[in-house]
Amino acid sequence: MPGITLREAISQALWEEMERDPNVFIMGEEVGVWGGSYAVTKGFYDHFGPERVKDTPIAEATIVGAAIGAALTGLRPVAELMTINFAFSAFEHIVNQAAKLHYMFAGQMTVPLVIRTVSGGGRQLAATHSQTPDVVFAHFPGLKVVAPGTPEDAKGLLKTAIRIDDPVLFIESATLYQLRGEVPEGETLIPIGKSKIQRPGTDVTIVTYSKMLEISMKAANQLSQEGIEVEIVDLRTLRPLDMEPVLESFKKTNRAVIVEEGWRSYGVGAEVAARIYEQAFDYVDAPIGRVAQKEVPLPYNQTLEQLALPQVDDVIKAVKEVL
Amino acid sequence: MAEIVTMPKLGFDMAEGTLVRWVINEGENVAKGAVLAEIETDKATVEVESAFEGVLLRHLVQEGTPVPINDPIAVIGQPGESVDQGILPGKKGDAEKPKETGKPGGDGKPGEEAVSSTATSEPISIQPPETPVASAPGEAPHASPLARSMAAELGIDLRAVKGSGPAGRITRKDIEAYQQKAPQALKPEVAPEKAPLPPVAQVKGFIRETRKVPLPRLRAAIGRRMAESMQQAPHFYVTHTYDVDALLDLRTEFNSLLGEQDKLSLNDFIVKAVALTLIEYPNLNASLDLKNSSLVYHGEINIGVAVAVENGLLTVVSRNSDQKPMRQISSELKMMVNRAREGKVRPEDIEGSTFTVSNMGMYDVDQFTAIINPPEAAILAIGSAMQVPVVVDGEIKVGTRMKATLSVDHRISDGAEGARFLQGLAKFIEHPVRLLI
Repeated sequence: MPGITLREAISQALWEEMERDPNVFIMGEEVGVWGGSYAVTKGFYDHFGPERVKDTPIAEATIVGAAIGAALTGLRPVAELMTINFAFSAFEHIVNQAAKLHYMFAGQMTVPLVIRTVSGGGRQLAATHSQTPDVVFAHFPGLKVVAPGTPEDAKGLLKTAIRIDDPVLFIESATLYQLRGEVPEGETLIPIGKSKIQRPGTDVTIVTYSKMLEISMKAANQLSQEGIEVEIVDLRTLRPLDMEPVLESFKKTNRAVIVEEGWRSYGVGAEVAARIYEQAFDYVDAPIGRVAQKEVPLPYNQTLEQLALPQVDDVIKAVKEVL
Repeated sequence: MAEIVTMPKLGFDMAEGTLVRWVINEGENVAKGAVLAEIETDKATVEVESAFEGVLLRHLVQEGTPVPINDPIAVIGQPGESVDQGILPGKKGDAEKPKETGKPGGDGKPGEEAVSSTATSEPISIQPPETPVASAPGEAPHASPLARSMAAELGIDLRAVKGSGPAGRITRKDIEAYQQKAPQALKPEVAPEKAPLPPVAQVKGFIRETRKVPLPRLRAAIGRRMAESMQQAPHFYVTHTYDVDALLDLRTEFNSLLGEQDKLSLNDFIVKAVALTLIEYPNLNASLDLKNSSLVYHGEINIGVAVAVENGLLTVVSRNSDQKPMRQISSELKMMVNRAREGKVRPEDIEGSTFTVSNMGMYDVDQFTAIINPPEAAILAIGSAMQVPVVVDGEIKVGTRMKATLSVDHRISDGAEGARFLQGLAKFIEHPVRLLI
């Protein structure tokens, strides 16, 4: 398959932005000498030096706290949290400081901070290290939450995230780093807060993002062989949530399934479905379907783990249920 | 042993009550004194308390059902106790229909029905999901929001469309199929044979729907009593204008000493003034007892105060107002008015008035006439206190005046007495210090 991997896309985005703007620097556990837990920052330490590629202690509150401080002074830090599960240790700094400083002090300061982190399960890391709590962070006004599902979006959205003055939680999926895709040559900038139709179709709208975009694409290809054409809307950003392409698609298909990797309760599916019911009630032809993780702490056992995570077959089944 | 809860009698003229809401569900524990249900009578919505302790085994009536007084409404017993059909006295009509057995045409969730009926000992039959059929007459068609909006746009009667979705739901597909099958029905504008008449101007824009709703019980009760009053009691009316400058000054002085919660309204002063005046006019604090050809002079002076509530009005009663200080009258009325507005009025709040005051001063009215609240002898209608030009010692000045109109039952009293009562009332309203001695 042609193109580059999502890992390379993110690496390129960081490299290009650090070359472009000397205020951009990265910090996190093992991002320097080791080259990153997911090998995203390999070669950065040698090229940009220890001043701009900072290895930190294993102390997430410190990483985010220090990055917020740096951002307040005018630098543009890209802090890496090894997984989103560790973001809970830095929760206060993320939702109460980064997301609110601009508002609490009458706009006197901005927090041009990017926190890169990794979400999702499926690698037998057990319940505490396999979560997809994206919506928890998307709940807070003041924080932008971005979660791309293709190499092109990963690159374009990360570059934009670094350039804007708002704090951004940039969520990558651990099982997408090997995903390949075309990325246009030259400067790639994609605006934050725009959903995108990733696959056109006529019969059912699937709304999804991140890792579940890949799963939904596979499901759509199988359904296509049965004559069911699915249109897939990739949210790309959970906050701000762009409903326009979703509603446009839904008004055409009148049926929707929302696919997310996190738990169903209070999830992306709940939010998107509620907005469809609110904003397109007269176009609803069937109850909106939701595919999500089983409501259990994710099992370590591989068979059980796969059973609990949303799979291609679950999406196919849900699509047929709303038809 | 299971106990039967019956429809309570909440007022001397109550014949039946509507059970509007069950507060305690079947299978839930009931403490003595706990609120079981809300009942709507002619006058108000009241809460029914349990005289028993145990578990609510059965609701014998469904929400919305009118029930004659003393008819059984629920069974309370011990957990697991089955309801012995023999203990249910005189069962009739809706009150004893077993729990409904799955809704025909609904999307029948058998699980839920089964759970809610575990407390009954009767077998429950559950209808299997039906094959697609057009809706029965009078039944709301089961259709998706899209199908509804499409049908509305195309002028299709959904009852004629067969639904093919789950549980017979009508979907876009069904509307499209129907449209293909019966295109004629959808094109009423068939070209006429002769030359068409010029088009008439069409009324565009939004036309509100004509609606027919059941008469609320309170509305019906008011209608009955007011019609009875106007038909049976020959009313006459006397109007008097009061100088209320002194009263308003006194109120301002009072309220400067009172907290926000305790402030007195003009109406509190009027209630007290009316009560004191009535001591001297027992004819207007009386009722006619036609059956025994007698007049009843009430020992108590209980002033009813009309309160606007949703769907009508209620009269809350300030008891022995002639003997109570104004702050007590005020705080009691406030509590009763709040209960009335929240639909939680107690029977004693609205029983036993001997004379009524209806005050519309807050609505900027000059004056109005009120209908006597039977079996009382009179009612006083209070207008707004307004600044008007008045003549004082041959000069025009600004004064505050309030008009009050007394409606009197001519079978009990006459015009001269009504006029004297209003003069008597002026003694208190215009020299309000008298209210305090």
